Amino acid sequence: MAASPSPAPGAPAKPAPEPVVRLRGASLRFGNRLLWDGLDLDIAPGEFLAVLGPNGSGKTTMLRTLMGLQELSSGTVEVAGRPATRGSRQVGTIPQQRSFDDNTPLRARDLVALGIDGHKWGIRLGRAKMRKRVDELLELVGATSYAERPVGVLSGGEQQRLRAAQALADDPRLLLCDEPLLSLDLHHQQAISSLIHRQACDHGAAVVFVTHEINPILQYVDRVLYLAGGRFHVGTPEEVMRSEVLSELYGSPIEVFESNGRIVVVGMPETVTHADPQHRAHPLQGA
Amino acid sequence: MDLSEIWSTVFSFEDYAEILPLVSNSLIAGALLGLVGGMIGIFVMLRDMAFAVHGIAELSFAGAAFALLIGANVVVGSLIGSVLASLVLGLMGAAAKDRNSIIGVLMPFGLGLGILFLALYQGRSANKFGLLTGQIVAVDTVQLGVLAVCSLIVMVALVAMWRPLTFISVDPAVAAARGVPAGRLSVAFMVVLGLAVALSIQVVGALLVLALLITPAAAAIRVTSNPVLTVSLSVAFAMTSVVGGILLALAGSLPISPYVTTISFLIYVVCRLIAWRREKVRHTEKMAAMAA
Repeated sequence: MAASPSPAPGAPAKPAPEPVVRLRGASLRFGNRLLWDGLDLDIAPGEFLAVLGPNGSGKTTMLRTLMGLQELSSGTVEVAGRPATRGSRQVGTIPQQRSFDDNTPLRARDLVALGIDGHKWGIRLGRAKMRKRVDELLELVGATSYAERPVGVLSGGEQQRLRAAQALADDPRLLLCDEPLLSLDLHHQQAISSLIHRQACDHGAAVVFVTHEINPILQYVDRVLYLAGGRFHVGTPEEVMRSEVLSELYGSPIEVFESNGRIVVVGMPETVTHADPQHRAHPLQGA
Repeated sequence: MDLSEIWSTVFSFEDYAEILPLVSNSLIAGALLGLVGGMIGIFVMLRDMAFAVHGIAELSFAGAAFALLIGANVVVGSLIGSVLASLVLGLMGAAAKDRNSIIGVLMPFGLGLGILFLALYQGRSANKFGLLTGQIVAVDTVQLGVLAVCSLIVMVALVAMWRPLTFISVDPAVAAARGVPAGRLSVAFMVVLGLAVALSIQVVGALLVLALLITPAAAAIRVTSNPVLTVSLSVAFAMTSVVGGILLALAGSLPISPYVTTISFLIYVVCRLIAWRREKVRHTEKMAAMAA
């Protein structure tokens, strides 16, 4: 595991600094479908938490809860010491890559600018100042070379760099990532995940990273929250990504192998393997 | 009618100087509507609402036809019709798919009502046709007042919503995370769009509103992705179409809408050609760079 400023893996779940996220007795159910129940979780500054689990296990809903867009059925959720509210300046978000229409009348720099002040009313004043800020952010994420190009012609990876720039604009204390690497090539996957990690270790942001595939970010992950079938398990990757733990979560036999620093999970129930064919998470499924 | 007769019907500049002052109201109205159409067209494009514009226009037509029948103010009638239609769409059809089916249902109903009201109407038949195909030459001072006030409302509302509306239109996920109230903004936009449609009907008629609310923005988006330039071009195109259309229409004895729609269409074609040409150059350069 890479060095990280967060508490040592395996330490008791009470980190010394004030946690960025504090979930207490958090439950969420839709009708009679229980996503999770009795979740107590603290996420420390600088900590990188990966949220894994099959489709429909409530990973994205977890992010929406932290954004203040989804209310808990019971329990409390605090972000930076206050109940989670929508539009908080303390929170940055990187969504799934979604292509823009070819003729969207925005350049790369305009998209980043919207991420900074798009929520404000009226038209933009103080353009020079904004331009400078956008230039800094583009530089930070390595997007300067295509600043003036229309967003519609950018590749998925280039667009995700702009997402990262938007999310980092307010120097957030909490960075929420919803499958940000989906459908990116390896080069861009590494670039984006290292940008996110940098925000954690250089700026002490807590990162909550929802993903189907832990391998591209394995070197950065401090803890894993694994959600499945209304249950969950929290711990270091070594603690959670084990055959016994996943078998218990899924209620069916699952085997976890480690090879060349990659984690390979075999025997996932079908809810997971429905995922996009680009996910190579479970190559031996059915074998 | 031979060709030269058709030509003199379409263009005849005799007495032009005497006619011009008589239509200054229409020119002012046209310029205002060009401004409104060019601005709101950008959002119609961004939000993929061309069909909604068409649907609102038909209900606006029904409202105007009803006003004509009962002898009320036609502009007010068309405003009521289109604001009602846009409220229904805004509240019921949040998702594009729902919206399209609701429009598909409302549109023939509105058009049918409009035809019924016109059939019952006993007055001057030019009034009837005007609702469908445009009648701005008849703008009097009272109507100009109503148009100006409504245009101002639309413009102020658009400027106020500009950034968050752009945000939810192009980037809904991040906008939601940023706490932008997408639902309320969408409904507010629909109402503003309803106003703009009702205004445009006074110029080009219910059947041709798209020439004012879509074509200029669609043309502008083809040639630039700079947001400020896009709006400026779109407004310039819309104003050129309307004001130019009115000025040309004075020279002939035809309604103004064919002039407006033709200018607007030609601008669009030119913009597409420019975009196509640029794309070709870019492609060639890319190929050359790869070969080098």
